[in-house]
Amino acid sequence: MREITYRQALNEALAEELERDPNVFLMGEEVAEYQGAYKVSQGLLQRFGPRRIIDTPISENGFAGLGVGAAMVGLRPIIEFMTFSFSLVAFDQVVNNAPNMFTMSGGQFNIPITFRGPNGPAHQLGATHSHATENFYASVPGLKVCTPATPRDAKGLLKTAVRDDNPVLVLEAELLYSSKGMVEPPDEELLIPLGKADVKREGSDVSIICYAQTVPLALKVAAQLEEEDISAEIVDLRSIKPLDEKAIFDSVTKTHRVVIVEQDHPFCGVGAEVCYRIQKNIFDALDAPIIRVSQEDVPMPYNERLEHAVLPNAEKLIAAVKQVCYA
Amino acid sequence: MQPGEQRDEVEMLSLMLLIRRFEERASQQYQAQKIGGFCHLYIGQEAVVAGAVAAVRDDDYIITAYRDHAHALARGTSADACMAELFGKETGCSRGLGGSMHFFDRKNHMYGGHAIVAAHVPLAVGMAFAIKYRGEDRVTLCFFGDGAINQGAFHEALNLAALYKLPIVFICENNLFAMGTSVKRSTSLKQIVDRAEGYDIPGEIVDGMNFREVRDEIAEIVDSIRKEPHPAFLEVRTYRYRGHSMSDPASYRTKKELEKYRLDDPITRLRAQLTREGKLTNEQFDRLDKQAKETVLAAVKFAEQSPQPPLEKLYDYTYADGAKP
Repeated sequence: MREITYRQALNEALAEELERDPNVFLMGEEVAEYQGAYKVSQGLLQRFGPRRIIDTPISENGFAGLGVGAAMVGLRPIIEFMTFSFSLVAFDQVVNNAPNMFTMSGGQFNIPITFRGPNGPAHQLGATHSHATENFYASVPGLKVCTPATPRDAKGLLKTAVRDDNPVLVLEAELLYSSKGMVEPPDEELLIPLGKADVKREGSDVSIICYAQTVPLALKVAAQLEEEDISAEIVDLRSIKPLDEKAIFDSVTKTHRVVIVEQDHPFCGVGAEVCYRIQKNIFDALDAPIIRVSQEDVPMPYNERLEHAVLPNAEKLIAAVKQVCYA
Repeated sequence: MQPGEQRDEVEMLSLMLLIRRFEERASQQYQAQKIGGFCHLYIGQEAVVAGAVAAVRDDDYIITAYRDHAHALARGTSADACMAELFGKETGCSRGLGGSMHFFDRKNHMYGGHAIVAAHVPLAVGMAFAIKYRGEDRVTLCFFGDGAINQGAFHEALNLAALYKLPIVFICENNLFAMGTSVKRSTSLKQIVDRAEGYDIPGEIVDGMNFREVRDEIAEIVDSIRKEPHPAFLEVRTYRYRGHSMSDPASYRTKKELEKYRLDDPITRLRAQLTREGKLTNEQFDRLDKQAKETVLAAVKFAEQSPQPPLEKLYDYTYADGAKP
């Protein structure tokens, strides 16, 4: 194992999959000559050439659709959105074309495509550039959605996504590109299956269910809670769809108390689905009502203090944990 | 068809008859409530798709919008599979899961059947991208209506195709109406083909009621694309005799206008050309027409007798790996 950044981990995943399969190509805005808006594709143009690392004009609908069409005839496109906030311009391609094709064609055309890019609020980007899109996309049958929070998960999930025969969205955490973590050496194949959660920290008093940018938040809060003799188990979903029910249920059966901390909005958010499944399947395991911590239900303000107030944060999470623990 | 081979014109006339009789029968079955949802008929436009398939190879890619029955038939999808799809049966060309607007036939390189206006134009560009990526000499034919040319997806796709010099023919089947809105009320241009000029894509106009003109123009374009990949645009002027869909009485146009186009019927026209040249007798034509009617009647019977898609397979066609998240 060695320590690399989240950004490097994604870069390695892309390079390894481009190397492995000649049908894989990377397309998006600024991915080639500019070396990536967030430098995730740094060096790939030099290594793989302009046939496979392709700059596009600012036409998300156009190049997302191009990817779906190329996938219909057997290529395996990786389409980068500069941010998933811009994927909304391509919503029709991501929601109507990519996931429906397999059904509409009676199973004749599967779409092996990866849509990837940063997702979720970053820092003071305002309402249009701060979307957490996971709950929109996870509600669409035919799509798979994953949300890596560590360099290791980023590499392993992206590689798996590229090899999947369905449309997969890899929602990268915009604020975590420079974060570091331990990852297997490059000569060791790292594939992390979709639909497998990961217990990032063991605990016994409460399960904090989190994903993407809320994982480091939950880990930080767990360390603080430890000092107050509350032992929190951190369950990182890693994939929103498929959802690892078993890992969730195993943890909750152990702790009997749940806080879900999500980076999207509360109304029809990811936590609502997780909460529903817990109460439906293991109601008797619960010792307290489940609490969700999410964004506030408002468009993201630019002002820093207000943004902090909108986001899930340590104060809100600690308060929620104490509430479910009756502490 | 092999490269360089010319399709037999009598055979293409018989395809146009099959399309006409299929659509007439579909209309009747729709009224009898055997067919659900939306149903858009191609009657009047037969020379467009027939001319196009006569000009290309069987392994070239074809993709179209929701008025797609004819494109599947022209590609060799059986009338049985097409009618069964309309009936929602498991033997349909999309297993009864697609319906009228979503005909697919992978084996025959028919890539749909797409129902969001212009959303398939980027897909077509992606298919052309794949051709160039692999260094093949195929061509993609992308059909769409005059309604598609004002959508963002159309413009983005044309720009991408021109930028990457992709082997694709954009074929606008201009039947003068986007649902009930005439081109005059929807489009700022005097002629649709001028859209292509904005993207530095060569464009032509052809008479879509004339099979030979459509075929020859597309053959010439495709020939030049195979030599050096590039996009091209063709405005095909045609007319649909029926409403936009089965639920549209088409009261936005006059009887006189319809009659004018009926007199210029593409089937009558090709028949007259062939008869004049001694390549077709009246008896032969009657026989071809009878065959088309019989094929379609048999297709109705096939569709009626085919099984429904089984309920237990409901979740089998959501994910290619059978995932049930």
